[in-house]
Amino acid sequence: MYNYYLTIVLAPLAAALIAGLAGKQIGRAGAHWVTILGVGTSCVLSLLVLKNMFWGGAGAENISVYTWAVTDGLRMEVGFLVDRLTALMMCVVTFVSLMVHIYTIGYMHDDPGYQRFFSYISLFTFSMLMLVMSNNFLQLFFGWEAVGLVSYLLIGFWFKKQTAMFANLKAFLVNRVGDFGFILGIAGVVMFTGSLDYATVFGQADAVAGQSIEVFSGTPWNAMTVICILLFIGAMGKSAQAPLHVWLPDSMEGPTPISALIHAATMVTAGIFMVARMSPLFELSTTALGFVIIIGAVTAFFMGLLGIVQNDIKRVVAYSTLSQLGYMTVALGASAYSAAIFHLMTHAFFKALLFLAAGSVIIAMHHEQDIRKMGGLKKYMPITYWTSLIGSLALIGFPGSSGFFSKDLLIEAVKESHWHDGASMGDQVTYWIAYLSVLLGVFVTALYSFRMFFLVFHGEERMDAETKSHLHETPAVVTVPLILLAIPSAIIGWFSADAVLFGGFFGDAIQVKSVHDALTGLNGTFWHGPAALVMHIYASPVFYLAALGVIAAWFLYLKRPDIPATIKDKFSGIYNLLDRKYYFDDLWIKGFAGVGRKLGQFLWEKGDQLIIDGILVNGTAKTVGRLAGVMRQIQTGYLYTYAFAMIIGLTALLGWLIWLR
Amino acid sequence: MEFSQYILSILIWLPIAGGVLLLLIGDDNDVMSSRAGLMRIVALAVSVLAFLISIGLYAGFDNAAVGMQFTEKVSWVTALNVFYVLGVDGISAPLIILTTFITPLVIIAGWDNIKSRPAQYFAAFLILEGLMVGVFCALDALLFYVFWEAMLIPMFLIIGVWGGERRVYATLKFFLYTFLGSVLMLVAFIYLYGQTGGFDLFGFMAAPLSLTAQKLVFVAFLIAFAVKVPMWPVHTWLPDAHVEAPTGGSVILAAIMLKMGGYGFIRLSLPIVPDGSEYFAGMMIALSLIAVVYIGFVALMQKDMKKLIAYSSIAHMGFVTLGVFILWSVSGDAGAGLGMVGAMVQMISHGLISGAMFLCVGVLYDRMHSRQIADYGGVANTMPIFAAFMVLFAMANAGLPGTSGFVGEFMVIIASFKANFWYAFLAAGTLILGAAYTLWMVKRVVYGEVANDNVAALKDINGREFLVLAILAISVLIVGLWPAPLVDMMNVTIEQLIEQVGQTKL
Repeated sequence: MYNYYLTIVLAPLAAALIAGLAGKQIGRAGAHWVTILGVGTSCVLSLLVLKNMFWGGAGAENISVYTWAVTDGLRMEVGFLVDRLTALMMCVVTFVSLMVHIYTIGYMHDDPGYQRFFSYISLFTFSMLMLVMSNNFLQLFFGWEAVGLVSYLLIGFWFKKQTAMFANLKAFLVNRVGDFGFILGIAGVVMFTGSLDYATVFGQADAVAGQSIEVFSGTPWNAMTVICILLFIGAMGKSAQAPLHVWLPDSMEGPTPISALIHAATMVTAGIFMVARMSPLFELSTTALGFVIIIGAVTAFFMGLLGIVQNDIKRVVAYSTLSQLGYMTVALGASAYSAAIFHLMTHAFFKALLFLAAGSVIIAMHHEQDIRKMGGLKKYMPITYWTSLIGSLALIGFPGSSGFFSKDLLIEAVKESHWHDGASMGDQVTYWIAYLSVLLGVFVTALYSFRMFFLVFHGEERMDAETKSHLHETPAVVTVPLILLAIPSAIIGWFSADAVLFGGFFGDAIQVKSVHDALTGLNGTFWHGPAALVMHIYASPVFYLAALGVIAAWFLYLKRPDIPATIKDKFSGIYNLLDRKYYFDDLWIKGFAGVGRKLGQFLWEKGDQLIIDGILVNGTAKTVGRLAGVMRQIQTGYLYTYAFAMIIGLTALLGWLIWLR
Repeated sequence: MEFSQYILSILIWLPIAGGVLLLLIGDDNDVMSSRAGLMRIVALAVSVLAFLISIGLYAGFDNAAVGMQFTEKVSWVTALNVFYVLGVDGISAPLIILTTFITPLVIIAGWDNIKSRPAQYFAAFLILEGLMVGVFCALDALLFYVFWEAMLIPMFLIIGVWGGERRVYATLKFFLYTFLGSVLMLVAFIYLYGQTGGFDLFGFMAAPLSLTAQKLVFVAFLIAFAVKVPMWPVHTWLPDAHVEAPTGGSVILAAIMLKMGGYGFIRLSLPIVPDGSEYFAGMMIALSLIAVVYIGFVALMQKDMKKLIAYSSIAHMGFVTLGVFILWSVSGDAGAGLGMVGAMVQMISHGLISGAMFLCVGVLYDRMHSRQIADYGGVANTMPIFAAFMVLFAMANAGLPGTSGFVGEFMVIIASFKANFWYAFLAAGTLILGAAYTLWMVKRVVYGEVANDNVAALKDINGREFLVLAILAISVLIVGLWPAPLVDMMNVTIEQLIEQVGQTKL
């Protein structure tokens, strides 16, 4: 399989290099053909790898590709660990990427940077594959930063737009804050295990958990807790968890295909994947898991609320992404890693679908993104309409859809998690915060999803006549990927839930302590197969909350559109809080960035220019100058002064030699 | 008598002879004249030849060998027991190759845009190259000192003759700072001569010294090397020197001359005064961390691109001194050696990246005659190829994995975590600060709408500029993707050095 893996990784890289370096020579069509060929090859081979694992019974493989460097007993390598977790991720990444490649032909049709765009998205695919296929922390960090780089380049793809340039810098820097924690976490891993290799590190996990580190002297902390929290800070950056979420909504400045690929389906889930991959470590620190679950819960609920007040079609979907990532994080914190990965997979399909559908609407609307200027698009864009409906239903967990299985089971796993059984007050508080967030989040999700859906596709046609006269369905390169993504969005949950969640699909790739294992407990009690779950929706509050959300959206935005305005006026305090995104942007931009700049200015002006240069350096020079002035007085030019000085000097020297020696 | 026996001497004297030859050919300020053409060809040929010979050095270098290789020894001043003795190990060989690699690039970069006295300009660089190689392979203290001081002269001239408006202030500051530092080093050498009766560096290393003596010698060395690195707070000469230096001067200054400081600490301070070094290690770590954090903030607010990159150099060199001086706080696997190797890799990588960054600014300066960030904006519109290079080097400067900038920082951060969580915490701050100052500059210079008519009139890089930047880009990527060959060169030497430093001289 080694050659398969190499090809899977290198095909998109080669395509990216060709499209990037020889874009002019191969032309626009050449660029999209070569990159589609590259990522298509990866996709087919990834599916074969998954098939071999799932039906062929192939085991996990851990292969070293080359040695990056060895020094001081530390081996730094590049290599692949391909197990079922990896294989699943590879399929998700390459499939969504392939769809996005095809879609881009239509979306970026008139863009002068066509080849560059294809080069970037193929480079992204390569980086993401390096990340998920890594067998060690070094390569993980490489992939981690490389996807960040491509994200930076793609958010800033339209580099003339000041807003885009602001957004990409913000994205990169906020991610770097996460990476700051991540690299310290990796350093901690090396400190306690002396290795970067997953297998070695996991093998020593128990020993590490028994050690402590004094970050503040006198207070020993559990080494594993410190390591896991540091690693998770990395995940918070990449997977946009509060308070490091601020970059993701702004990243919507980039072209829509990459919002779908990078900022919804794949890159932002890297953090989720990483924590699942590190399950042997996280399982050993309940404190770290508590930190994870609280961050996830806060993100899941509060970021969802923001989706309700957004008017930019892409930003609504972006906040929805934040909230869903929060769901996955909660699942991680509840030790339901498989549920997180399962939701990651279904989310990748339906969220990519929703973004691409939004893009399709944006094309039809001539790059208008404000949903207040849309409405009634259903009759103009039937394919976009129906696929969007499938995506939205999957997102809110409509019974039978992919999102239904992943979200219902995720919530149930949280409900039955070890936090629930915890005796301490802290455990109970954690449990209720997490459970209520994911439960109430369902209502919020349904509300913002269908608010957008109704405002875009139903009701009054609020666009201007000029736009309306040009409205029509987008071309096949756009709609075919929508359809191809709608299929798994609708049905994949039905076919895979049992296998992925309850069939021991992940094997050793994900390790859960038996006391933490809520999912296995669900099997046989809550879970009796997909059909049974659909039949028993009435038994769970999730269904009612979702239905209520849709009804509320229908009532507020179709039936009585005057009410939201009234609410907005009555509760302007809350509205402003939401509209300003809880003031997090101000915290980062005015707070940290502003203070950083002021500090820089201060250190430069007062430290370097005033104290060091002004007083010390030039001050010394001036003092020397003054001293020289004094010395000049001695040099009178008269012979007798010199002679006198010589005599005194000689006497002193002789005296010193005689008496002191 | 084999050629390889004299390879180090050839690497020193060939460029110097080439420089003298250029001075004999003489100047012609008309860049199109045949004499100017001949002069350029000679300059390039000599520097490329030196590089090719240094590849021979790489090929012949034995990674597994302990101690010096390619040694040469001739008596020089018999009365004082001074020898002309040369040799390289895993610490100096990579730096020599870096020197011979960067010099031809500088010559190509200055090809036809040095309008006044080009022959002297190129001659200065060739002579400088020879002297710098001399510093890296001299094993006799006096010889080392001669090369060390002689090196200042061509650099002084490069800044003073071909520099910008405030070049007199900058050269004076540069000269006084570095000269003052090295005088103390000479005093230390003379003291050590008194103790050992010779100037042999290995003699110095073997000599037993009291702790007081070691402390004093360390301080004398410290002043010489800290100025060169430069470490906070003796760094303020560097931004001034860079701003006034011509592009080529900045490149050599950042890429190689700053490495003299790091090299000095590793080659002289650690083995000659191990206990003195240990005594001051805490202070050195503190100064290094100040360099990373304080200078990072200062770099953020620079309005002049060259100053910004100069400050960024100081911050990056902080990793070198940090990596070296955490030696005593860490032990065992992935500890001291990792920090030291990281420091060495950081030096090489910084040589490539800072050189490239200064060349990028040079490309812009040649066209617009401004280094002010505010005068630019939207360069990517008119210079797309250049913009691609600039973004790549900026990312390397921000330490992106896959580029050389990551390798050393990664190793040093990992090693320093073992020493103390807060060392690593502050050092890792560079992930944020380095990205912030570099990419903010890129945002303001490269991206956005075309800012003004001058930017609109910019022409993208020509073949010559492309060649230089492409060579550097490839090197940055190779070191980033596969640092093993470089690291393997250093491993044995550094292991041995750490063992040596571990043995007290008291």
